[in-house]
Amino acid sequence: MLKIKNLHAKVGDNEILKGLNLEVGPGEVHAIMGPNGSGKSTLAAVLAGREAYEVTEGEVELDGVNLLDLEATERAREGVFLAFQYPIEIPGVSNLNFMKAAINGKRSHCGLDPIKPKEFLAKVKECSSLVELDGRLRDRSVNEGFSGGEKKRNEIFQMAMLEPKLAVLDETDSGLDIDALRVVSKGVNKMRSKDRSFIVITHYQRLLNHIVPDFVHVLSDGKIVKSGGKELALELDEKGYDWLK
Amino acid sequence: MMGQTEEEKLIDEVTAKSYEFGFTTDIDSDTIPPGLNEDVIRTISAKKDEPQWLLDWRLEAFRIWSEMEEPDWAHVNYPKLDLQAISYYSAPKKKVELGSLDEVDPELLKTMEKLGISIEEQKRLSGVAVDFVMDSVSVATSFKEKLGELGVIFCSLGEAIQEHPDLVRKYLGTVVPQRDNYYAALNSAVFTDGSFCYIPKGVRCPMELSTYFRINQAGTGQFERTLVIADEGSYVSYLEGCTAPQRDENQLHAAVVEIISMDEAEVKYSTVQNWYPGDAKGVGGVFNFVTKRGICHRAAKISWTQVETGSAVTWKYPSCILKGDDSIGEFFSVAVTNNMQQADTGTKMIHLGKRTRSTIISKGISSGYSQNSYRGLVQIHPGAENARNFSVCDSLLMTDTCGAHTFPYIEVKNPTAQVEHEATTSKIGEDQIFYCQQRGIEEEEAIGLIVKGYAKEVLNKLPMEFAVEAQKLLTISLEGSVG
Repeated sequence: MLKIKNLHAKVGDNEILKGLNLEVGPGEVHAIMGPNGSGKSTLAAVLAGREAYEVTEGEVELDGVNLLDLEATERAREGVFLAFQYPIEIPGVSNLNFMKAAINGKRSHCGLDPIKPKEFLAKVKECSSLVELDGRLRDRSVNEGFSGGEKKRNEIFQMAMLEPKLAVLDETDSGLDIDALRVVSKGVNKMRSKDRSFIVITHYQRLLNHIVPDFVHVLSDGKIVKSGGKELALELDEKGYDWLK
Repeated sequence: MMGQTEEEKLIDEVTAKSYEFGFTTDIDSDTIPPGLNEDVIRTISAKKDEPQWLLDWRLEAFRIWSEMEEPDWAHVNYPKLDLQAISYYSAPKKKVELGSLDEVDPELLKTMEKLGISIEEQKRLSGVAVDFVMDSVSVATSFKEKLGELGVIFCSLGEAIQEHPDLVRKYLGTVVPQRDNYYAALNSAVFTDGSFCYIPKGVRCPMELSTYFRINQAGTGQFERTLVIADEGSYVSYLEGCTAPQRDENQLHAAVVEIISMDEAEVKYSTVQNWYPGDAKGVGGVFNFVTKRGICHRAAKISWTQVETGSAVTWKYPSCILKGDDSIGEFFSVAVTNNMQQADTGTKMIHLGKRTRSTIISKGISSGYSQNSYRGLVQIHPGAENARNFSVCDSLLMTDTCGAHTFPYIEVKNPTAQVEHEATTSKIGEDQIFYCQQRGIEEEEAIGLIVKGYAKEVLNKLPMEFAVEAQKLLTISLEGSVG
């Protein structure tokens, strides 16, 4: 599935990832934890192909495809989905039109005709119920005027619509109250399947009570310094990160 | 930053993109030699078989114009025009009475097809009556009979002068007088044709009236004149759209549009403007110096909606004189400038009557090295008790090399008035583009989506027939740029 080997990346002159290795098998959920500034969000951005991040060394393969050769759009079409920590507002563009453009982009990439309106609407209905996203939010402009919780639910709605191979959740729990956290987690759990992998980036153990990971990794200073099972998250919650340095 | 490099690359791409509608039609034309003097005006008037009063009116305008100076207050820069080098009349030679489309010059039909506005299609599908103006003289007019039953007159101005001289004489120049400004005076002296529309009392015009203009003779200026009269309690939606073929020399377009909206009448006037903007280096392109103004009588309404993507230089302020009590003026505009284009556009809302209301929504989009200015005047006169104005004026920048400017003028002479003005300037966000890309949307499509979203408030005001074309134009105009 996903193989990351010796990944180095920088923003400007600042090297942030310094030789990161990670393998994620099909259907697995990997949590990445670590202190502020350890490179968690950089990893998410690099996987998604954000231009400002320059990969200086290493390899990233998804199902044998070298992701680093692809533009952000192509990576998305190959099945990489990033749930943003801070979802972006696009005034005047309806959520549904946005999703239709996204789905049809992916379909054209796979040599398929644009999605039929009926099929699209059925899918919208199904996916929005997954995260209890009401019709009002679906029809409004992308993230415009959404509360923090609504934005995160919208991210998971989009993920469900696009059915990625690899979903990277970048601090999806930040800014969520406990009810919203439950809704979002429930949506993610329903999306878990044997051919879909997740990388869940978070600061806090509490998300992992809801989305139970198969593996937990600690990222520190641009490298993974410790890996373990879900119990590692509990240990981190108790002891903090300092003992790992 | 890498984003910067990407942007530069895209700017290069758009500069390489040529004008989509850059083709010319080979039709025999009857063109008079270049130059402007009283004899030329007499020739135009004689060729059009005009009554004496109109010739006198033209000559008066010419004398006024001869004493005027070309204005230079607009935020635009262009070489001085040699108005003596322009031919002031050009009409297709084969002017015959057209009984059906079969009689239309096949070349002309082909042109219309290229523009995607085949009259047949229009007739059959959309219920739009098309008055197709090519080089100043109307060639084909449809739907006349149906409109005739309702008493609606929709024809070329030349025809109206022959068939309805009293109406023309009564209203011509009443909203935009000959001495209004330099270009209006020039237009009054030399206008060759244009459109005329009269909606009788209480009639709701059942179809959108549509005119497509097209400059097609190298070196001919186009001086259209449009007169729309909506009698008491009537309603009309009027569409004006244009594309021009590619030219190397600058072409002058100095049109005048006058609207009279009588008591309780409503006129919607929508424009999609796509004159040739010149090449990436700013060579060629149309100079679009237009005077558009309407007058509203009691409880009347005029809405101007415009999507401006073309022309090398645009100078245009569709305005409303809110003379009658309770009258309403609206202005909705999207102006796109790219490469070396310059636009100075906006509106004037002149509040004279009590409880008059006006709304201005202006959306500027600038790319390349272009300059895009909004210039608006809101004037509340002493008698305009409880007048209200609301203005929103937004600018979207696609590159670091373009310019957006706002020149709002507000003059309030009545203490009961309420005037609000909001303005924003934003740069198209790399974050927004990346967000779209991450969802599998190509960069260009992403930019199209974002820009359409930005302009949506205005695009929604366009009639359906136009909205599609306008969206297409926005995308074409910005395709390959950072937009």
